[in-house]
Amino acid sequence: MNIPTHLKYTKSHEWIRLEEDGTATIGITHHAQDLLGDMVFVEIPQVGRQLKQGEECAVVESVKAAADVYAPISGEVIATNSELESAPEKINQDTYLAWLYKLKPSTTDDLSKLLDATEYQKVLENETH
Amino acid sequence: MKTTSLNRIHRIMNAKMVNFGGWEMPIHYGSQLDEHHKVRSNAGMFDVSHMLTVDIKGEGVRDFLRLLVANNVDKLTQPGKALYTCMLNPRGGIIDDLIIYFLSESWFRMVVNAGTADKDMLWVQARSDELVPGLEITPRRDLAMIAVQGPNARAKVWQVISGAHAATENLKFFQATTFNKYFIARTGYTGEDGFEIILPASDATDLWDALHAVGVAPAGLGARDTLRLEAGMNLYGQDMDETTSPLESGLTWTVDLKSERNFIGKRALLETPVKNQLFGLLLLDRGVLRSHQKVSTQHSKERDEGEITSGGFSPTLNASIALARLPLQVSAGEEVQVLVRNKMLRARVLKYPFVRNGKSLI
Repeated sequence: MNIPTHLKYTKSHEWIRLEEDGTATIGITHHAQDLLGDMVFVEIPQVGRQLKQGEECAVVESVKAAADVYAPISGEVIATNSELESAPEKINQDTYLAWLYKLKPSTTDDLSKLLDATEYQKVLENETH
Repeated sequence: MKTTSLNRIHRIMNAKMVNFGGWEMPIHYGSQLDEHHKVRSNAGMFDVSHMLTVDIKGEGVRDFLRLLVANNVDKLTQPGKALYTCMLNPRGGIIDDLIIYFLSESWFRMVVNAGTADKDMLWVQARSDELVPGLEITPRRDLAMIAVQGPNARAKVWQVISGAHAATENLKFFQATTFNKYFIARTGYTGEDGFEIILPASDATDLWDALHAVGVAPAGLGARDTLRLEAGMNLYGQDMDETTSPLESGLTWTVDLKSERNFIGKRALLETPVKNQLFGLLLLDRGVLRSHQKVSTQHSKERDEGEITSGGFSPTLNASIALARLPLQVSAGEEVQVLVRNKMLRARVLKYPFVRNGKSLI
């Protein structure tokens, strides 16, 4: 399973890259896209939307099923990867490049709740048992 | 879980295996979309050995099948000819949809769905005991079935089964023939040309390997589902079941109400008014149609009077399509609203199939 060590994760299978300027870039993990199969539809939140941690904010749909994407941390949406709307297959091709949106965190408190690669690996191991 | 004789080769080919009605089957071998496109453009093969072949032999088989199923087996006059039909309960609900092959006056063959195979066997045996006792009804779990589908499917089969070309090139659609150890039918569930080949389970891996070697792509149940949806073919358990009539499931063409013949469920069909029908939908807004989503039309004050029975993404059309059970008053071309994940989205009602022989029909 592909779990880069420089990223943070959630139990609901989002990845988070904490940027040097304090913003966060968010996508879904390799495991999530593998489970869903070929992606055919992506809905991304609008720039400017305020998200609370744990809030449903995006939808990814594959040939098989629809899945909600949750906000891993609270903050304001400052950019979206609208390219995915016409090319959702990029999530299958390389999900760690196929970011969904970028957030400006409203607090740093949420960050401590994110999982590192080792912790996320354990979440996946528990799921398969 | 039950496995087919091709289970090992699916694993070698890196299939993602899923539980499909108690059977461990391949959902895809990497990409469902690729498999779909390969069937539409070249040739793909599906392990459908989980479906059950049932041989019915003895005196009076035809009389029995006349009573058992809604289509009329008297349409089968030439050995090898196939008939698609529903098997109904006395309430006119669909126990299963199946194909019946006429081999001789004392031998007919049925192919039934995997998920319904056990109840079908019980039903068929009980009705035979009652109506035409003494028939020999044999489930053929010793047989496997491989569907080879696509514009080049027949040519690929001819490449690997020597002698099959001459034996099968004149088969018309819905005709079958026995050739050596193979039973080869020009049938399928994709809207493409091709064969469904029934053969001894012990020979299935050899045929699969040989087809793979000439470029036939292994395809899973995922692609099978998107292909059949584009082709406008019903899926048992989704588009119809024991509570729905074939007359409300787009299957009126398979029900023979013209002849004097009686059959199980006929009276209920004649007595029950038809209120709904299956229609095709094309989603006009962004999103994906899925089964069980509610549909509102202009023909009723009640909202949500219709429901999607099968929905999904059409790889050929690059759009979302569905089959939906809607009030009879609906007509092709009109716009309806579908409740998709808490939003009302616009869809156009269409006649289906959506795709045939690789080409869009919409």
